[in-house]
Amino acid sequence: MLRVDIAKQLGEFSLEASFESEGRVTGLFGASGSGKTSLVNMIAGLLRPDRGTIAIDGETLDDVAAGIHIPAYRRRIGYVFQDARLFPHLDVTQNLDYGRRMNRLDDDPAQRKRVTDLLDIGHLLDRRPGKLSGGERQRVALGRALLSKPRLLLLDEPLGALDEGRRAEILPYLVRLRDEARIPMVYVSHDVAEMRQLATQIVLLQGGRVTALGGVKVLSN
Amino acid sequence: MTPAEWTAILLSLRVAAVATLVATPLGVALAWLLARRDFWGKSLVDALVHLPLVLPPVVTGYLLLLTFGRRGLVGAWLADHLGIVFAFRWTGAALACGVMSFPLLVRPIRLSIEAVDQRLEQAAETLGATPWWVFLSVTLPLSLPGVFAGMVLGFAKAIGEFGATITFVSNIPGETQTISSAIYSLIQTPDGDIAALRLVAISVVIAVAALIGSEWFARRATRRLHGN
Repeated sequence: MLRVDIAKQLGEFSLEASFESEGRVTGLFGASGSGKTSLVNMIAGLLRPDRGTIAIDGETLDDVAAGIHIPAYRRRIGYVFQDARLFPHLDVTQNLDYGRRMNRLDDDPAQRKRVTDLLDIGHLLDRRPGKLSGGERQRVALGRALLSKPRLLLLDEPLGALDEGRRAEILPYLVRLRDEARIPMVYVSHDVAEMRQLATQIVLLQGGRVTALGGVKVLSN
Repeated sequence: MTPAEWTAILLSLRVAAVATLVATPLGVALAWLLARRDFWGKSLVDALVHLPLVLPPVVTGYLLLLTFGRRGLVGAWLADHLGIVFAFRWTGAALACGVMSFPLLVRPIRLSIEAVDQRLEQAAETLGATPWWVFLSVTLPLSLPGVFAGMVLGFAKAIGEFGATITFVSNIPGETQTISSAIYSLIQTPDGDIAALRLVAISVVIAVAALIGSEWFARRATRRLHGN
């Protein structure tokens, strides 16, 4: 379970959000500039809230009053960015292996096989990110996050940088991920159709405030 | 080429190589601090690094003599406690060359670290990389072309250093007489012109080789990084 209750001033923009989520896929929905990315950056530990708390499965990640801030590298929260952010000097295999090595996890060839099969990236393993298409890059980024064995996966508009055709190419993988990977996800998007397909619970963000919480039907209003 | 000239050439190469190899890790650490961290006194540190570039070399050499000479504050302590002596030794020449070339070494490294996409560093962090590992596995490999460029530039500067070196450790054949100070001595001697010209040619060859080498390294490193 993810519990967020934070406030953060970003220049002129003030973000105050409070919600709890138990869904498999929490859809963080809102127009651009509504504070979605800042909010996920805080969950990831890349941005520190000014006040408030963030907790996952009862473990406190941030508690400003108590002076607690677990750094991003100890949170075990996977993050798939809009721009895949693959390491350009490493090939796909090394990119996929990065999180496992940094977390000193044992080599798990079966898990690697499952993930590369799930995302259809087995034929790309010895390529460099510079030689991948946008859609392929995003699939590798998904695989890289999954293989670090996170307890929560953040997806910040993973389809945002792709054109219509590419989106249709990736979406089925995300659905498979939701149904097969058994990792809770926070999915950020401003696309209603994507949300309908993926999310099991919606957090509606407008101008830095949570304006609605609930099932996918809150999108209808 | 006389044995004395060979001695000066080999000494210059040794002095410049040691100066560059010792200065590089320090330069990388400092470049990273200047590029990625904000701390109190940052502009002062930045100015201090660049000082040898704008001070008259003879001033830098004299300051080194006052500090690291036998009676200098640091020099006396190092000699008494660690047995390290800089004054009138080739190690002192390496120190002078290292200090003089440091700004040229740091600058390209700093620029290339600043050019590394910090979003990649964030991605590494979310994958469990501690700040130290982020540096080793992302920042450093991606800024290697700049590190090579800095090393070559620093090496070339160290080979050519004259003013600070001769002020600090004098001009002792076989110990502190580098190519530059050997040329200087030869020009002062009657009939020294031919020998001086030979050394001039050698220093041109070394400088050109260093530039071509750095170009080659930088291109190779860039190609490797982008996988094309």
